[in-house]
Amino acid sequence: MENILFYIAAGVAIASTVRVVTHNNASHALIYLIVSLLSVAVIFFLLGAPFAAALEIVVYAGAIVVLFLFVVMMLNLGRGSIQQENRWLRPSMWIGPGILTSVLFLVIVYVLSGRPEDVTSGVVVGPREVGAELFGPYLLAVELAGILLLASLVGAYHLGRRYMSDRRGDNS
Amino acid sequence: MNFALTLPVEHGLVVATVLFLIGFTGVLVRRNVMFVLMSLEIMMNACGLAFVIAGAKWGQPDGQIMFMLILALAAAEVAVALGIVLQLSRRFDTLDVDAASELND
Repeated sequence: MENILFYIAAGVAIASTVRVVTHNNASHALIYLIVSLLSVAVIFFLLGAPFAAALEIVVYAGAIVVLFLFVVMMLNLGRGSIQQENRWLRPSMWIGPGILTSVLFLVIVYVLSGRPEDVTSGVVVGPREVGAELFGPYLLAVELAGILLLASLVGAYHLGRRYMSDRRGDNS
Repeated sequence: MNFALTLPVEHGLVVATVLFLIGFTGVLVRRNVMFVLMSLEIMMNACGLAFVIAGAKWGQPDGQIMFMLILALAAAEVAVALGIVLQLSRRFDTLDVDAASELND
């Protein structure tokens, strides 16, 4: 049974990812990207990696996609926003992601209503094992990831700060 | 320990490969820089999926740890890349990556 759930989630992932690449509108593509990431999170959960599934939703769908959305909104300012919002509220905007997300919702409801040992294939590797391994043998990798994030913070601040100050200069 | 992953691991790897190829196609065919970045995210996500599938195959946490490192890499990449997108839209007034190919001139 868990294999069928995996194939459903995989089909949703592939369909939504194709729509991300083939869409014209960046906001619509971002919604399909969220659906794709959610379906990959369901796949992680079915594979017995609940911690990776939670991180997928929190970091990818929660932080990275919101960052994309901020930039899309920033760049779209002043181009007939009201007209655009009216077009966004039409059903053709949300009906595709809605259908795909409801399929995922049915899968996750089925998973949560059954016994976990029925629906997770193989052994479940929980946060405890991941944390113990992460801060044991992989401690150097954690430090390197921290240095990488610090470097990207400095770089993003540098690039974004010049954009902001120049913009303010244009407006005044 | 129970290592019985009922899913054939090849099927999971096929899904990861298909996702990676969709993202790769997106990088090749799209010229809007936002879509190029989204395709890069898809590709990194597919790599993480392959790692998690391999980790689930052996019942070890190493796959999830590699996924977390890929996650940190993706977050760092997207922060810098979106700053570059802001600069691109300000200097060239477009999101077309071909507009920024000044190295050829």
